[in-house]
Amino acid sequence: MNRLMSSKSGLLMSTLGILGLILFFAFTEPVDTGYKVGDVTADFNLQNAVDDSWVSLNSLGEVKGYIIAFTCNTCPYAVMYEDRLIALHNKYAPQGYPVVAINPNDPEAKPGDGFADMKKRAAEKKFPFKYLFDAGQKVYPQFGATRTPHIYLLDNDRVVRYIGAIDNNAQDASAANEHYLSSAIEALKKGEDPNPDFTKAVGCSIKVKS
Amino acid sequence: MENICPAIFLTFGLRSTTSSVISILFQVLLSFSPITIASSYAAADLKVVDFEGLEKYLEQYEDRTVVINFWATWCLPCVKELPYFEQVTSTYHEDEVVVVLVSLDFSKQVDTKLKPFLKKHNLQSEVVLLDDPDQNSWIDKVDPKWSGAIPITLIKKGDRKAFYERTFHSFEELNTLIQSFLNT
Repeated sequence: MNRLMSSKSGLLMSTLGILGLILFFAFTEPVDTGYKVGDVTADFNLQNAVDDSWVSLNSLGEVKGYIIAFTCNTCPYAVMYEDRLIALHNKYAPQGYPVVAINPNDPEAKPGDGFADMKKRAAEKKFPFKYLFDAGQKVYPQFGATRTPHIYLLDNDRVVRYIGAIDNNAQDASAANEHYLSSAIEALKKGEDPNPDFTKAVGCSIKVKS
Repeated sequence: MENICPAIFLTFGLRSTTSSVISILFQVLLSFSPITIASSYAAADLKVVDFEGLEKYLEQYEDRTVVINFWATWCLPCVKELPYFEQVTSTYHEDEVVVVLVSLDFSKQVDTKLKPFLKKHNLQSEVVLLDDPDQNSWIDKVDPKWSGAIPITLIKKGDRKAFYERTFHSFEELNTLIQSFLNT
C-alpha cells in the first residue's frame, strides 16, 4: 500500500514537475532586469574600437558623469543618432560628461557589428568618444539595455540618473522639441534630479545568437 | 471605312498617329495597373496614421481577434517572421482573426523602401504606417512592458490582451497563442 502510494505520489510529482516546466517555458518572457534609476553600476573593461585601448569607467579619471550609449553600426536608429552623439560629446565632455558608446550586438548574429566594422565606422565618422565592444555580451545585460540606441546617464559615483532616449524625434533632429538627455545632464549640473528620468523610444533589438 | 481612314492619315499625319497609338497603349497599361497593385493589399491601401489614428483604426476590430505586429523593413528579425503573420492572414477568415502589420518605417522611405517591399513580397495582411515621432508618448500605451525594441506582437480580443516582445520562429508557435484566444 505504501509502495503504491509512493509510486502514485512519485507519478504525481513528476507530472507536476513536467507541467511546471511546460508552464515555465510557456511564460518565459524577457525578464525586466538591469539597472534602474538610482542603482550603482558595476565598472567594466572593454576594448575601444577607436584606438584598441581597454577602457573602464575608472580609467576615464576625474569626471562628473558618464553618458553610456548602447549603439551599433547597423541599426538605422543608431545611425540616425550618430551625429547627435558626436555633438553631445563635443559639448559635454569638456564639462565632465563624456559619451561612452558600447556596441552590444553579437557580430555572429549581426554581421557588420564586429570589432573590425566598428573600427571602420569610428574612423569614417571620426568618433571623438570611446566606442567599446561588449565582446561576449556581458555588460549590456547588467545594464538591462534592450535596444540600440539606449542611453544610461551616470553621475560621478556611477549611479544611474537617467535612462532612455536622446530626444523625441529620431528621424529629424531639428524637429525634436524634447531633449531628454541634455536636460538630464543640465539637471545634474545644477545638482537636481532629471525629470523625466526615464523615457522610451523605438530602436533595434540587441542581437544575440539564437 | 476606306474613306475615313485615309482622311485621318491625311489630316493628322503619320507622327500624330504614332503618338496617339502610344497614348492609347499608355492608357491601356494604366487601366491594368490598379489591378496589379490591388493584388497586394498593402501597397495600394497603405494607411498613414499617428498613434491616436492607430487606436481609432483598430477599434473596427474589437469584435474579433486581432494580431498586431510592430515591424519595419529595416528590421531583419521582423522581416524574417513576417511569413508566419501572412500565414495567419491566409488561414483565418477576416471575421475571425485579422492581422495588422504596423510599420515603423521612416516617413522619408515610404516610397523608396516600404511600398516596394510590400509589392515585392505581395503582402496580404493589412499594413498601417505609424508615423508619430514622439515615441515616448505612446510606447507605454501599446504596452507598459514594451522597451521600444522591435519586433513586438500583440494579440487582442475585446478586453483580453497579450504582449510579446520577441520573435516567432514558426507559424505554429504564433498560431498556438492565437488559438488560446479563439477557444475562450
